[in-house]
Amino acid sequence: MSNILEVNQVVKQYGDYTALNAVSLTVPKGSIYGLLGPNGAGKTSLIRIINQITMPDSGEIILDGEKLKPEDVSVIGYMPEERGLYKTMRVGEQCLYLAQLKGLSKAEAKKELEYWFDRLEIKGWWNKKIQELSKGMAQKIQFVVTVLHKPKLLILDEPFSGFDPVNANLIKDEIIELNRQGTSVIFSTHRMESVEEMCDHIALIHKSNKLIEGKLTDVKKQYRTNEYEVGILTDNVEGLMYDLTQKFTLSQTDFKSLNDELKLQINLGTVPPNELLNTLIQRGQVTHFVEKIPSVNDIFIQTVSEK
Amino acid sequence: MSKLILIIKREFIAKVRNKSFIVMTFLSPLLFVGIGVFVGYLSSMKADLKTIAIHDETGRFVKEFKTDDEYKYVDLSLVDTKTLKDSIVSESYEGLLLIPKSPDNATLQKSIQYISNDSPSVSFIEDVEDIIAKKMTAENFQNAGLDTLKINQAKADVSINLAKATGEEALKGLNEIKIIIGGAFGYLIMMFIVLYGNMVMRSVIEEKTSRIIEVIISSVKPFQLMMGKIIGTSLAGILQFLIWALLGLTAMFVVSSMLGVHMGATPGMQAQAIHTAQHAAGSNISMYIKELWNLPIATILISFIIYFIGGYFLYSSFYASIGAAVDNETDSQQFLLPIIMPLILGVYIGFFTVINDPHGTIATVFSMIPLTSPIVMMMRIPFGVPVWQIIVSMVLLFGTFLGVVWFAAKIYRVGILMYGKKPSWKELIKWLKY
Repeated sequence: MSNILEVNQVVKQYGDYTALNAVSLTVPKGSIYGLLGPNGAGKTSLIRIINQITMPDSGEIILDGEKLKPEDVSVIGYMPEERGLYKTMRVGEQCLYLAQLKGLSKAEAKKELEYWFDRLEIKGWWNKKIQELSKGMAQKIQFVVTVLHKPKLLILDEPFSGFDPVNANLIKDEIIELNRQGTSVIFSTHRMESVEEMCDHIALIHKSNKLIEGKLTDVKKQYRTNEYEVGILTDNVEGLMYDLTQKFTLSQTDFKSLNDELKLQINLGTVPPNELLNTLIQRGQVTHFVEKIPSVNDIFIQTVSEK
Repeated sequence: MSKLILIIKREFIAKVRNKSFIVMTFLSPLLFVGIGVFVGYLSSMKADLKTIAIHDETGRFVKEFKTDDEYKYVDLSLVDTKTLKDSIVSESYEGLLLIPKSPDNATLQKSIQYISNDSPSVSFIEDVEDIIAKKMTAENFQNAGLDTLKINQAKADVSINLAKATGEEALKGLNEIKIIIGGAFGYLIMMFIVLYGNMVMRSVIEEKTSRIIEVIISSVKPFQLMMGKIIGTSLAGILQFLIWALLGLTAMFVVSSMLGVHMGATPGMQAQAIHTAQHAAGSNISMYIKELWNLPIATILISFIIYFIGGYFLYSSFYASIGAAVDNETDSQQFLLPIIMPLILGVYIGFFTVINDPHGTIATVFSMIPLTSPIVMMMRIPFGVPVWQIIVSMVLLFGTFLGVVWFAAKIYRVGILMYGKKPSWKELIKWLKY
């Protein structure tokens, strides 16, 4: 699989402050790539460089196999965190204008707009001014404007902020649909549950440096601790505990369940899971047996607070 | 390139559709004409007739005072002064001129009184003094046995004729006409810069506050956006100026033919022009017209267009970068002052220095400095400026313009993405290094 975007050793300094310290990223074609990091980590700086809003001090950007060039703005769709549209301009005119700036002809833009307005059920808004719309409505327009020119690469900075749950879901489905059709998506967010849900690749930037990058599953494997959550119904708790403490490290845990069972978190170390399972089965009825996979949230917090 | 045209088009339409722009376009000529009519009406109004009582104990002066539109003179030499003074208090008369009996004119000229409750106008007192002095002088001549007629004949009236070295006759008052023509063009450039430069700035600030800026510059280069804004706004400005000129002329024509009011020809410039024209009317009008045609009209018009474009672009790049640097209009004040100063300086130098010495050092230097050259040079050109000077000044202007655009574009590029803080001059300079 080839890459839609490669960022090589990009450095950006603002005066004495280093916003990006030799950051390299690889975004595979067709992926949904989560760009994570605390506030001020350098995400927006990097996104602006990819969008050619600012230039890197050194390093290079490769888009779809070629060095990034000025015309590439027409194959990238960018929705900044700070949303904005001309308040006094009418919705239709504004969309046409922004689409034409991205290189679409007026006729193409109109056709695309009709498709999107239909799809998002906002047909009646054409002649409204942005200032007459609610924040959520304006966000929808902003999304349409971002994807109108069918970009190869979609860059979304906090795409769900400002949406109510219904519309957030709608936009999420649209992003997934676009991705299914071949659009690569980079999104930067603080909402870990949407990363968990949508992203197949992630990168974590912290204090101008990239700390983690890779396939979400690989990253998780790297952070797995071989902890298992176990639920068991047994009469002989002491016997079970005796067996377990011989081989494993135990700790307290809690999870939701319907039974009043014994709940344990067990670190397997190097022991294969079947051995634990065997021990458990001999002592009672196993109701719950799950590997505790680190969440993106855990990885995020762990990594950021380590450094 | 096509993106630039798109931006120009949007900026132009956004400006022209703006409600306040439309209101201003159609209201200001009416306002100007209204003020003109009002002033004309005021000045054509007749003042109240004032009655002045004269008590002339000598009996020699009272017949010299002739009643006119403004003052009615009443000979009350027979009424005693006490009664007259009372009637002044009761305001039957505006004032009382008291000429007492005295042995000779030398004593008399110190003892004449004017009694009034209101303070009289200076011109009225001067007129009265003049009338009495004339009469006295004539009497003094006679008393000394001098022939008044011969004295009058002996008085010389000198009027110097102006001429150029080439032998052509020159006309008085021509300098005034030249400075008015040059000044009108220079002033127009200044007005345009201040009005529409501000509009460029506001439009940049609007994009910043509405946060659309980041969306736009992910599609176009900041430089394109800035130039598109400046050009689009100037086109809207030119349209507005044309409408103003057209409406103004029409309204003036309609009003003056309908009411028959002689236009008080309002603001300074025009009044001066009319004054000069009237002044000239006495002498040879056709010669003035000939002189006007001799002015370098083509040079004036071509230079006007070039200086207009150069000056406007230069200043509006400043305005654009200021707009980019600040978050709202109130913050822009500290940066605006240094921009307005050279403009005002240019106009002052034009009106005070150029008219006295069009080719002196000060006028020449300031017609070279790019920040003032569009205004000062435009005022100098009607006086005849060597072509090399115009070319040097234009090259300097456009050279500086390119430099400033580079500088402005840098500040613009950094500034439009800086939210929520008011930058200092020091920070602006730091941005140049980004």
